Amino acid sequence: MSLGGREIAKKRGLKEVLFLEWDFGNRDFGPIAARVKDASPDLVWIGDIGLEGNMLLDAMKKIDYVPPLHFHLYPAPGPMTKSPEGDKALAVTIFEEHPPFISQGEAAEFVKLFNERAKAANLPDTTVEVQAAASYTAWQILEAGVRGANSLDDKKIAEYLKKNRIDTIQGRLRFDGPGNYGDDLMKIKQVQNGAWKVVWPQTYAAPGATLQMR
Amino acid sequence: MTLPSLNLLLQAILSGVFIGALYGLIGLGLGLTWGLLRQINLAHFGLVFLGGYLSYQMAAAWHMDPLLALVIVPPLFFVIGAAMQWVLSRFAITPFNSLLVSFGITVVIESLIQGIWTADYRRLESHYNAMKFTVGKLYVPVPELLTLLLALSISFGVWAALRYTDLGKALRAMAEDGPIAAAFGIDARSMSLVLAGGCAALAGVAGVCLALTFTLTPSQIFAWVGVVFAAVMLGGLGSALGPLAAGVVIGVSEAITMAVASPSWAPIVSFSLLIAMLLLRPGKT
Repeated sequence: MSLGGREIAKKRGLKEVLFLEWDFGNRDFGPIAARVKDASPDLVWIGDIGLEGNMLLDAMKKIDYVPPLHFHLYPAPGPMTKSPEGDKALAVTIFEEHPPFISQGEAAEFVKLFNERAKAANLPDTTVEVQAAASYTAWQILEAGVRGANSLDDKKIAEYLKKNRIDTIQGRLRFDGPGNYGDDLMKIKQVQNGAWKVVWPQTYAAPGATLQMR
Repeated sequence: MTLPSLNLLLQAILSGVFIGALYGLIGLGLGLTWGLLRQINLAHFGLVFLGGYLSYQMAAAWHMDPLLALVIVPPLFFVIGAAMQWVLSRFAITPFNSLLVSFGITVVIESLIQGIWTADYRRLESHYNAMKFTVGKLYVPVPELLTLLLALSISFGVWAALRYTDLGKALRAMAEDGPIAAAFGIDARSMSLVLAGGCAALAGVAGVCLALTFTLTPSQIFAWVGVVFAAVMLGGLGSALGPLAAGVVIGVSEAITMAVASPSWAPIVSFSLLIAMLLLRPGKT
């Protein structure tokens, strides 16, 4: 995904001022932060997962550097919104708990239940975002497959899913081609005032939300 | 490979010194139990993280100054370490078996941490996080500097204690030749309790430093094993100053690699260094 992003960026004419790769489990982000600061990019595109993005932003803060724009591939969603350095962070998403996603009844009910149960379970972050929505979507796909095929047989369910589009809280999915995700359902979100808000495409943007720069 | 600016290089080296100090601080207790007690105590890593989580709990839930953990956690861990040693001393445990037993204890500690604090990431947020100052164009973060100062003072303190105090001499004699030391009146059992307790207390100190500078998650316990083992082996088993010196060498070599080449090369450089040093150092058998 990261290398694909790099390829597309080059095709679209973005000038790459620095490219760095680090080992999974890297602990010291100080030298990486110093190199990014030295390169002075307009956008830092980070193919990170989990807390790596937070660790890099922490290291940047320690040398008084704030990137003008920073994108994270798979950030830990809660820590990114809670960290002051995470402000204006960009990432991809399929679902966020704001309109228009929660305008349909099932999504609204799911968000309400998730919020309640996450709070009761004392989770540090009770917000529905990508992972929770993807998990719920998986159940929706299974339910639609079983109902549509009127069977619990794996092959019959698979056949039904390949031939039919399935409505889920993240959109209409299809399984008849490569990728198994359907049409382009990815959106861009940004941390604004401590919450993830979709900023692109405009039709899915949170009410009043637009891309913010530092 | 690119040539970095002098400032970038110095900043990277400083970063390497700081993380190397943490490697050394974690490695100190591990190396002492390995060298003097002949036990490869993997549970040391579990105790480091338990110390980190306790510091987090004190600061986040009980609103205490995180540095107060330095007063509370080490004595508590001394008792835990001595108790663990008391149990282990009931059995004739070989170094290899100690590795297996302490791995089991580490898994128990990891599960305990996960049970109490969950597998979610925990970050000790305090006013120390944002504290830093500049020396010329170099940024010096205070929590990392504190870790370095603690690592230096504790390593030199342990070195002096082992060299100049009766307790230190007794510990060294016990490690050198247990039966002869016993003939001179050294009680190996009580010495081992003191040493294990002391090393656990050191794990507690390292845990506080870890929580001040890193985000905590239970699965991270094992992420530190390789590099800290490298620092201990490079620094010498039972050495007080060796793990710190080796930790800084590893940290700086990784940092320079990150500054001049691809950061993904950093572990290769540090572990190649370890292999080369082990092959070339004087006195190898």
